Parts: sequence; structure tokens; C-alpha cells
Amino acid sequence: MNLTSKAPEGPLAEKWDKHKFNVKLVNPANKRKYDVIVVGTGLAGASAAASLAELGYNVKAFTYHDSPRRAHSIAAQGGVNAAKNYQNDGDSVFRLFYDTIKGGDYRAREANVYRLAQVSVNIIDQCVAQGVPFAREYGGLLANRSFGGAQVSRTFYARGQTGQQLLLGAYSALSRQVAYGKVKLYTRSELLDIVVVDGQARGIVTRNLITGETQTHAAHAVVLATGGYGNVFYLSTNAKYCNVTAAWRAHKKGAYFANPCFTQIHPTCIPVSGDYQSKLTLMSESLRNDGRVWVPKTVEMAERVRKGEIKPQDIQEDDRDYFLERKYPAFGNLVPRDVASRNAKMMCDEGRGVGSSGLAVYLDFADVIKRTSAEAVSQKYGNLFEMYEKITDENPYQMPMRIYPAVHYTMGGLWVDYNLQTTIPGLYAAGECNFSDHGANRLGASALMQGLADGYFVIPYTIGDYLAQTAPKPVTTDHPAFAEAKAGVQARVEQMLAIKGNKTPDEFHKELGHIMWEYCGMARNAEGLKHAKAEIQRIRKEFWQNVKVVGSGEEMNQALEKAGRVADFLELGELMVDDALNRNESCGGHFREEYQTPEGEALRDDDHYAYVAAWEYTADNQPEVLHKEELVFENVKLTQRSYK
Amino acid sequence: MAGSNPNAKPMNLTLKVWRQPNRQTEGQMVDYQVKDISPDMSFLEMLDVLNEDLLHQGQDPVAFDHDCREGICGSCDLFINGRSHGPEKGTTTCQLHMRKFSDGDTITIEPWRANAFPVNKDLSVDRSAFDRIIQAGGYVSVNTGGAPDGNEIPIPKDIADRAFEAATCIGCGACVAACKNASAMLFVSAKVSQLALLPQGQVERQTRVENMVAQMDIEGFGACSNIGSCAAECPVGISLENIAILNREFLTAKAASNNLA
Repeated sequence: MNLTSKAPEGPLAEKWDKHKFNVKLVNPANKRKYDVIVVGTGLAGASAAASLAELGYNVKAFTYHDSPRRAHSIAAQGGVNAAKNYQNDGDSVFRLFYDTIKGGDYRAREANVYRLAQVSVNIIDQCVAQGVPFAREYGGLLANRSFGGAQVSRTFYARGQTGQQLLLGAYSALSRQVAYGKVKLYTRSELLDIVVVDGQARGIVTRNLITGETQTHAAHAVVLATGGYGNVFYLSTNAKYCNVTAAWRAHKKGAYFANPCFTQIHPTCIPVSGDYQSKLTLMSESLRNDGRVWVPKTVEMAERVRKGEIKPQDIQEDDRDYFLERKYPAFGNLVPRDVASRNAKMMCDEGRGVGSSGLAVYLDFADVIKRTSAEAVSQKYGNLFEMYEKITDENPYQMPMRIYPAVHYTMGGLWVDYNLQTTIPGLYAAGECNFSDHGANRLGASALMQGLADGYFVIPYTIGDYLAQTAPKPVTTDHPAFAEAKAGVQARVEQMLAIKGNKTPDEFHKELGHIMWEYCGMARNAEGLKHAKAEIQRIRKEFWQNVKVVGSGEEMNQALEKAGRVADFLELGELMVDDALNRNESCGGHFREEYQTPEGEALRDDDHYAYVAAWEYTADNQPEVLHKEELVFENVKLTQRSYK
Repeated sequence: MAGSNPNAKPMNLTLKVWRQPNRQTEGQMVDYQVKDISPDMSFLEMLDVLNEDLLHQGQDPVAFDHDCREGICGSCDLFINGRSHGPEKGTTTCQLHMRKFSDGDTITIEPWRANAFPVNKDLSVDRSAFDRIIQAGGYVSVNTGGAPDGNEIPIPKDIADRAFEAATCIGCGACVAACKNASAMLFVSAKVSQLALLPQGQVERQTRVENMVAQMDIEGFGACSNIGSCAAECPVGISLENIAILNREFLTAKAASNNLA
């Protein structure tokens, strides 16, 4: 298949307006004749479902949670970017576009990113109108703060709970449409397959997580807004339920998977404390506005800290290395996430890490507390400091936080064109589950922006173009493809239950996660990746012979749910490794040790790798086929990213 | 790898856990032993240990709701030693750590107990009643598109901050579980207050409170008798003041001559 982005021709700034005029419209009276399935109720899913219902379409919204409000968007802390230029500090749509393209290390599609920057301003207006309580100045106007990878202050926030407030806004809009009867809500329903009829997405198969019942649902189009796959690493900042199953099922039905190796490692997470650890907790990037990152200057001093002989607050200024400020004077502690993470790893690799494991660096607030007050700091970051203390039993007002990088976000995802349509006609992907806007590295406060942009302002236009070309005839689940997909889902459940092995789904997941983190994490090399590929194949084989799940499929069975998700991660993991092996360059979050500058920065190869790698599934245990979408840059000059 | 407190000794505990196969079947308390629990574990990680043990023994693991494990999604909902989310104030179950318990302790773990929250299985309950209350009016009726510029609606900082405080409710249901009447007043009042405080919420202010309160009654939540256990046990500190605001909003709406709903 020839991958065409369908990005409109013409000047960058006019593309979206032109496209909106050129897309076909469904007349208001006909809209009620179309059904749309939206899977996932996070920022992208809830906003899409609500907006489509407002337009008049009949929407069925699915979530595996007990309520749409639990989606993991809720945990986003720092903020949402928008090119409002309220601060008069030189921001513009073009600057947000430029920062995002550059921050993504020139591996994103220009037209998509520009559109994202354009609609960012509408997001803020929409959310304010919904009653989202953003932070405000004393004059009553909206407040902003700075985030990594930008030199302007364009991040809107609600203390350290921006994701929560934005999601509750989208949830309220969704709830209103449920009340109007325009959205039918299916909670505790997990997508287990996509139904394709005559080459077009026509429905889904779900499992009711309370009763175990397998159901089929038909619609004229399907939108996946099912989040990222960071949990392939087992330990990540993602919520425990986050998984790749919906996207992976779509992939196996024909949707290409793009740039799977582009994963984001967030620099400021609370370090691992023990083998029992079930997830990692993020400390918002916004803390890097005021916190200073450092390690002891010498290995000897670091050793004394690790043994508990000296406390960090007793280490003299001269004995500290504020390594981000030293190496990147222009951006200092606010360098992008990939740069900050890699440098923290380098410090620990040099033996200058802190904490009992040596796998941590300090994030220190002593200066800002001295400069302002503990109260002022609490006003800004109170909930984060409390959370840190609950988890670590240490008071960050008195001693520096210990932080370490952790898997946080996945830039890769289902390949989509400018309309956010996957390679399966009628199947759309929005939010983190698509690959579209962040290239090889996502800037802070851009995930919320993208989720809401896709859901409120892109999908409602682009899906109409597809529906207008689809007959408004009722769709049913009568086609044999539904029965076939349903039988496949049921057979897989039965197969997992029948194995009756000795290892739990969690044990397999941890084993996979360890391999992924070790060989396909912050730094990768060809040898390690090849080793990882063989290991993943071995684990996957063992899984299907030795996984242990008890009970039945006709009841609430959380181990069974977990097993299904782990099985899909075991396939995705290998594709991530293949993708990382194929990309013989370093860019953004993808750092191949063989390709670096003398200073240890990522070394891109624009001549050979300025493309999106879109993978096509062929058959189980067969190599996937690589398709390339060449990236064309007409408006930015490709340079080596410098934050010095 | 040692945690933040390398001197803390692992603990052995007895758990008394509510087991119930499904909504239709009666449940009972069952005793379990867990060993070598690190004080740095979260409460849910301790349950993970129990569940891995049970699965290895071929027994059905204990079902419980959880997701973000950062105290924000509101999924986790355990009634621990007779208290919503356990002994630590202002903390969800997922953020409760085992250092708050001692070696040899017996810990009782139950689901939320309320007619409006039927048990799905074991410790998992159905809280869709909360969704239906929000659907009854917990929103500002604006469609996507056409919103005025964000700065055209200036809001005094203290009002915005108070609205934010109310808006931080995570919808976990601890307030209902803590209340002897299983009242949902704190949950409802948090949303009513947020929107009553903000200019955006004024247009539908009266119908909103009436519809939400009516739905709350339909769902079978109890009445409020001003004890305040809800606010005392709320993991995110939603203030009892919101209930006063809710009462005032409700009476104002009922008394209003222009309210035709």
C-alpha cells in the first residue's frame, strides 16, 4: 500500500482551513442516520464522543473502567500548551508548531503539527466555557507556566491536576450527551477485536468485564482513543490497566503501526524502591521550573551519600554538579525530556547516582524555598510534594527529591493520515494511540493538547468526510464477519484458560518488561536488540504453554483480563525491537548508542531516516512488512537540536 | 534493593477479606496470611502479593478496583479496618503504605457498603450511580466550538481557587462508605459548588441542583444528618462547607419564582 498522508497542498497556515472547506459534509437531518463507535473515554475519546453526539451522530462510547472519568488522562499533572500568547512573550501558532517539530526531533508530519498548534487556542476557550477551573492571576485572567523545550510561557494548568480537570470537563460534556440519549455508554467493556466488513471497519467485539459476556457492536465508523502502550515495560507511569490490546487488535486486522520504538522516558519519576513495585509515579515536569537537578561532583561523594554517611542537604555547593545547567546553559533544567533523562542516566552510569540503589539524581527546591517561601512552593506544587512524601516517607521541603527516568508516554502508535484515519477505511485513531504529532519525542503539556485537539476539533470534521461517502443505511451485526470475530475472541479466552500452567500473567509481564527496559529503553544498540528479540520470542512461546489463569470466562476474572493484555504486549514488544533495529540513527527518545555526537547527543540521519516507519502485520510469528512515509519539511530547516 | 527506609523489617499479617463471587451470591469474610511484606509497599502492592500467592495455589484471586495508583483516578475503594481508604487521613488506598501497619496486625478489608453501590465481586463495587448523578446536571451546557476567548470570562482568583478545590473530587465514593446513612451529599455538593461558584455555571444553576439532588434520591443514597464523616474520610479533602452550599443552592432553587423546572 502506498502511504499518503492526504495532507492538503498549499501554504502551511492555510492547509487546515482549506481542508475543512473541502471535506464533504453530512447534512444535519442525515447525521442521526449514522452510528459511530468511540472506544476509550479519556481526553481524546470523551471529547470526540461528546462532540460527535452534539453534531447529531449516534455514538456508542466504550470504556473498560467503571466510569469514563477514570481514564488515565486524569493523572496528567503539569498542564496543557496553547499558543495564546497571553504573556506577551513572543508566542505564536508558528512558534508552538516549531517547538513541537523540533522537540520531536524532526520526525513528525508538518501539516498535522501545525494544525495542532492552530486549534490549541480553541481548546482553552472550550475548557473555560465548560467550567474547568484553570489557575488564574489576581486580575482574574488565566495564568501560565513554562515547560521543557520552550522558551515562552504557554502552559495552562490547574495546580498539579490539569489532566483531572480537563478530563472532568470532557466527561461532563460526554455525560450531558448520555443524558440526551445521543451517547450510549458501555462501561466495564473491553475491546477484544475490530470487525472489518468488505475492507471497512464496521464494528467491534467487546467483553463485559463483570459478566464475561462477549458482545458485538456495529457502526458506520469506529474511533479508537485507547491510549499508549508504555506498560509493555511493566514498570511505567501509566495506570495499571493501560494496554495495547485495542490498537494491537486493529493492527492485526490491517491497521499499520507507526514508529513503535518511539517511547518517552520521563526524567522526573520517583525511583524504584523494590521488586514488589507495581508502577512508577511521576513528579510533574513543572517541578523543573523551580527545582534544580544535581548529583555529587565526585564518585566518592556519591558513594558516601548512598551509604547514608552524608545527607544531600549537607553537601556544599562546590561539591555539587548541576549538570543540566552546566551542559545546557540556555535551557538549563528545562531541556526536553529525552535530553534530561539521558543525562540523568549518564550521571548514574558514571557512578554519581544517589539513593541506596545509585539509580537516582536530586531535584532540589532549597533555592526556591529560600527565594520565596515554603508556602509559595506549596501553593504551586503542594499535592506533588504530599504525594512524594507518602510514597518515600521523605519531606521534599527539607531534603531534595530523588528522581529517576521512567517510561511515560509512547509517541508511536497506529499510523493515521491527516484525517486521523488508519489504513483501515472507517477506523480512526485519536490521542496517544495514534502516532501523529510528537515525532520522536513529545514535549511536556502536549499530550493533553493533542488528545483534546483530536477529539474536539479534528475528528468531528474529518469523520464527516468519510461518512458522507458511506450510505446512511442501518448497520447490523448480522454479517458473518461479526460471528467470526466473536468466535475468535471466545476461542482465545478458552485457550488461555485451558493452558493451566505455572506462571502468572504478571510474572510474564515482569519478565518482558525487564527485557524491554534493559535493551529497548533509554539506550539501545544492535547487539542488545537482537538479544531482546530472541528473548521475547522465547517468553511468548512459554506464555502460550505455561500461563496460569484460574476460574472461567463467564465471570469477573481480572487475571484473565491481564493475561490477554500481556499476550498482546508480547507481540508488540518484538515489533518495537524490530523498529529500533531498523532505525539506524538516534532521534528523540530513540537513542542508538552507535549513533551519537562526540558530546553524546543524539545523531540523526536525515538522509536515510526522515520517514515514518509504518509496519504491516502479515501472520503470527512472521516478520512484519515495513512501509515508509517520507517526511517532507517545507517550513522548518532540519538542524541538530541544540538546547545549549 | 532497599527502599527509603532500609531499617524497616518485613511484616507478617493476617487479612480478613470480603469474598463474594458475584452480585447474586452471598459473601463472607475469609482469612489469609501474607508474609514478608515490606513497609515500603503500598496497600495494593500487598494485595498483589496475596493475589499472586492465591493464583499460584490455583485459587481465585481477590477482585478489587484500582488503576492509576497515584491517588487521582478514584478507582480504588477499600474499606480497611472500618474506615474508607484505611487509617491515614487524606489518602486513597493506593497511596496508603504498609509502614502505617505493624508486624502481626490483623487487617479487615471490605468493599464500600451502600445500597446504591452493589458489589460486583469481592471488593469491587458498581458506582455507576455517581455517573447518573452527573448526567442529571453536572455540566455546563456548551457545545464544542463557538466558546468565547478564555480571557473574556475573568474570574477572581479566590473564586477560581475555591471552585478548583471543589472540583478535585475524584468520585471514589469514600464519603458514601463513611456515612452511616450512605449519603452522597458530599459528592453531589462538590460538583454543585464548583459550578455555582463559577460564572459559567450561573445559567443552569437552579435546574442543575434540583436535578442532581433528585437523581441522588432515585439512586437510593441516604439523607445527610450533618455528622461530617464524609469530609473527615475524604481522601482529597473536599470540605463539608460544600454541603452547606448545596443546601443553600437547593433551597434557593426551590424558592425561586423563575424556576420553572
